[in-house]
Amino acid sequence: MIGLLSYAVFFTTVASILAIAVLGLNLQWGNTGLFNGGVVAFFGAGAYGTLILGSAAQPDQFGGFNLFYPAALIGGMVVAGLLAWVVGILTLRLRHDYLAIATFGIAVTFENIMRNAEWLSGGAKGIRGFEQPLRDAFGGGLAYNAAFLAFVVAALIAVYQFLQHLVSSPFGRLLRAIREDEGAARSLGKAPSRVRLTAFITGSVIMGLSGGLYATFYAFVSPQDVLPTLTFQIWAMLIVGGAGNNRGAVLGAFLIWGAWTASGWSLSRFAPIEAQLYTGSIQYILIGSVIVGMLLWRPQGLFPERLVVSQSGKPGATKKQGV
Amino acid sequence: MTEPILQTRGLSRDFGPFRAVDDLSLTIQKGSITGLIGPNGAGKSTCFNLLTGMLAPTAGQIMLNGQDVTRQRPDQLFSAGLGRTFQIPRPFSRMSVLENVMLAPLNQTGERIVGPFLRRARVHDEEARIRARALEVLDFVTLAPLADHPAGQISGGQMKLLELARVLMGDPELILLDEPAAGVNPTLTGILIGKIEELNRQGKTFVIIEHDMDFVMQHCDPVIALAEGRKVFEGTAAQAQADPVLLDAYLGAMAHG
Repeated sequence: MIGLLSYAVFFTTVASILAIAVLGLNLQWGNTGLFNGGVVAFFGAGAYGTLILGSAAQPDQFGGFNLFYPAALIGGMVVAGLLAWVVGILTLRLRHDYLAIATFGIAVTFENIMRNAEWLSGGAKGIRGFEQPLRDAFGGGLAYNAAFLAFVVAALIAVYQFLQHLVSSPFGRLLRAIREDEGAARSLGKAPSRVRLTAFITGSVIMGLSGGLYATFYAFVSPQDVLPTLTFQIWAMLIVGGAGNNRGAVLGAFLIWGAWTASGWSLSRFAPIEAQLYTGSIQYILIGSVIVGMLLWRPQGLFPERLVVSQSGKPGATKKQGV
Repeated sequence: MTEPILQTRGLSRDFGPFRAVDDLSLTIQKGSITGLIGPNGAGKSTCFNLLTGMLAPTAGQIMLNGQDVTRQRPDQLFSAGLGRTFQIPRPFSRMSVLENVMLAPLNQTGERIVGPFLRRARVHDEEARIRARALEVLDFVTLAPLADHPAGQISGGQMKLLELARVLMGDPELILLDEPAAGVNPTLTGILIGKIEELNRQGKTFVIIEHDMDFVMQHCDPVIALAEGRKVFEGTAAQAQADPVLLDAYLGAMAHG
């Protein structure tokens, strides 16, 4: 029973952390139409940033600033935001598949730098020496994990509320207009480049928060955590859940993470021994199939984007229709 | 006595070796409804794209209300009072008709990312005003019943009216309409003409590209004709109908199909 409970806590924590990243991607792709193919770079910037700022000093290792945890987490988000700012300015002119290719390349570059810049990131062995905040207060174990889950869920709710308010505001309307037809938005007096950059940075900061929480949860990050697979998983979550719909983004994260772990478990349990060697590869094939299947048969996702519609009657009583 | 609102001098645009607009000097008088005609490929739409900053001219100058606005961006020109619609309508398809219109007002507080959080009350008030005005404008172009429809699912003619509504939200002095009657059923065309003339009486200036000669001859004055990127005629509608060069170059060609 305790085992099941701990597993449920573990599962929900990871799914909630990933849901935050999916929400960040939803702001970029679902609302603004920015094809970020390098989600993992911003997730990783947050993860490495948080640990470098928050961990204790290690020999021959940059960092060890041992910052107060909230400052380290926010610092990780700032690192992700700075990366997005630089990437955004460099790729501002790119659209669609070109932006996807450029950002994908940036994510691979990021992974390679983390793998090789040992002084900065600990190289292949990653960053250690991070103490989870308030670990002693909860005595570790299940109590600690449950408390951390509460913190993660609070962060998820905060991000969700922030984005709901944002996309139902005039700023959200502007993002959708740019997504639909940038030229027409321009002809109506809008300056899309600045807005695209703002949305790109904001989404990436949210991905950075997700990465920071992820690294805190494992008290460790290595290049294995920033492989392109994670980008695809996060995309699958958004596509399945429904791009343009924040509720769909969160649901997609839980569904895909559930399917991912369930498939791993089933394969290890029921598949013939020879096949178990390829569990990881089979999982990739499965997730790829899910993306392709969704795009073929239900491209709008399980929770399609909803129109922001007016409410007749009182002016100003804007119905906060979820998007 | 009229005064010019828009002038071009020696405006040219090349696409590779092809010169789409060639040394074009136009003067649009304030308060007029100017018709811009010419066969397909004469450079009319390119001319609109140059005037609205969507294309950069290869040579020449554009003056709006006496100010040199050559090479300004489309958003700057819209802010300066120049609005346009497109030959093929460009609605924001996955947004409601009302949202399409509410987008247009300039300098909305809530369009900056911090606005909706730090200036909630102000954004709320602004939204109420913009919504009320948007509903008025939609009512004016007879689209109010469709306010909550996705803009991508209304008819082509309704999209033309929607584009007009969007432009009107920005309250520009000068409105360029690219084939407003093309593909629009006669009832809607009638409504559109009525709205254009009403707005014109209120002081708005129009430049209209149109292939429908009845439309141009009845509602536009003056008429400017382009052919191969050059101005080949400028005068009243009556003069246009009597001009042998124009009859031959354009109206004749139309008559022969």
